[in-house]
Amino acid sequence: MGRVGIIGVGQSKFVRGYPGSIRELAFEGFKEAIEDAKIGIKDINASIIASAPEYDKQRSPAGVIAEYLGLIPQPTFYIESVCSSSSSALKVAYSMVKAGLHNVVAIVGFQKMSEISSSESQERMGRGADIQWESPFGTMMPAYYAMYAQAHMAKYGTTLEDLARIRVKAATYGQINEKAVYRKEVTMEMFTDPESNISAPVARPLRVGDCCANADGSSCIIVASEEKAKAMCEKPVWILGIGAASEAVNMAGRDLLTGLSVGIEAGKQAYKMAGLGPKDIDVAEVHDCFTIAEMMAYENLGFAKPGEGKDLIASKETYKEGSIPVNIDGGLLSKGHPIGATGGSQLRTIVLQLRGDAGEMQVKDPGIGLVHNIGGVGLYGNVTILGR
Amino acid sequence: MAKKEVDDRFKKFGTVSFTAISKTNDFITFLEQGKVMGTRCKDCGATFFPPRSDCSKCLQSNMEWFEVSGPGKLVSFSELTYGPVGFENDLPYIIALVDYGDYKVFGRISKDIPYEELKVGMGLKAVSNTLPNDQLNYVFTTP
Repeated sequence: MGRVGIIGVGQSKFVRGYPGSIRELAFEGFKEAIEDAKIGIKDINASIIASAPEYDKQRSPAGVIAEYLGLIPQPTFYIESVCSSSSSALKVAYSMVKAGLHNVVAIVGFQKMSEISSSESQERMGRGADIQWESPFGTMMPAYYAMYAQAHMAKYGTTLEDLARIRVKAATYGQINEKAVYRKEVTMEMFTDPESNISAPVARPLRVGDCCANADGSSCIIVASEEKAKAMCEKPVWILGIGAASEAVNMAGRDLLTGLSVGIEAGKQAYKMAGLGPKDIDVAEVHDCFTIAEMMAYENLGFAKPGEGKDLIASKETYKEGSIPVNIDGGLLSKGHPIGATGGSQLRTIVLQLRGDAGEMQVKDPGIGLVHNIGGVGLYGNVTILGR
Repeated sequence: MAKKEVDDRFKKFGTVSFTAISKTNDFITFLEQGKVMGTRCKDCGATFFPPRSDCSKCLQSNMEWFEVSGPGKLVSFSELTYGPVGFENDLPYIIALVDYGDYKVFGRISKDIPYEELKVGMGLKAVSNTLPNDQLNYVFTTP
């Protein structure tokens, strides 16, 4: 079997309180991808819809969205792995194309976080982990990542200042990404200024500035068999490696608290499949739902040794001009994190980078890119390596 | 005809319980007796916390209870300033993970230990606890 290529990418603007329904939101990312690929709706043989269903009022959204996008009677599938849903969908699409079942597949990720009220959202957030054994203690996503931050600080001497640097970088690029939800500057001083909301504690040691911006949004990635990709697309981007892993939902079942085991495992698989290593990566998108998550991703993907992620950000090596540019679109921290759309948005960023179409965010001539997308608190992890 | 009795003891667990019925319902009765218990597989010896009724190592369902005893080491912790719906009256509170060697236990730090006094690596023991709303959980305290 030949390779699998990405022939079109699209993304809606990531916004607070999208003024439309979920199908209308999904339409925005899909339309942009179809126009980007310069193909027709009938060229698509199957679709995969991805979201985190706890935010949807619509039961089984796949059929509703496929119909709205004109993708019937082709088969449609629904994939969920919380925040990594759309990169999980990429792996399924890859498998379908490789198997010869379908030769052009559209992955549509979406999330309208504002579909439910903020109190409903708070209630769901409490059920984000093991509902039998952990949620009764009153757990929240920021608190779990705060535990990783605390353990990382204790073991490696990482500081709050080190974490703040990651947010300052994210905000640098959020300001130049017209699709980002958070377009303001964040400075180191704001993290120590008690008057600034950025410094307010959320789950100690993490502060508001350490947490990603919630948003509504959609993304779309269109993949094709090598034959179709070459025939339909001038600049296909090839999937060179694709890895996925899972971990115990309960913190008590985990051995590592200074990194995410799923990031390490999925990364190993992707590197092996691509026949590449961390030094070969020219540009990366990593899952920075919290600042500590990006710090751990540096180490888990081999961009830095364990405990040395702080040196990578302090020396600005993950900035656009650095040796390994990371999240040059603002990341989840500033671009925003509409759960089901996030993985697709990360993939889109890397595809644009490899094609040289990233505009003001363009990194100098990258040949190989990596996407690291995590679901839950390191419950699921997908790493994808892309090349020209 | 008498209504069939439902064993929903698990709804007593935590400030807000999201589970009422589990094959590990005895955990709640042990908490009422002041004991925090895990399970051990009688066939392969694997120990589990949180307790399980089925063994993921040998797939047998032949478990016995053991008591979580002695001090464990604090692996990590976080103090929540915001909580989910239903936990507002508990704020602020600290969640933590404690390592007992063969297994780890996730739970809350006792209200009598302030955040500033916690250090990764310190010894803590788990004790059963009755919450202000008469629900049950367990907390970590100094040995």
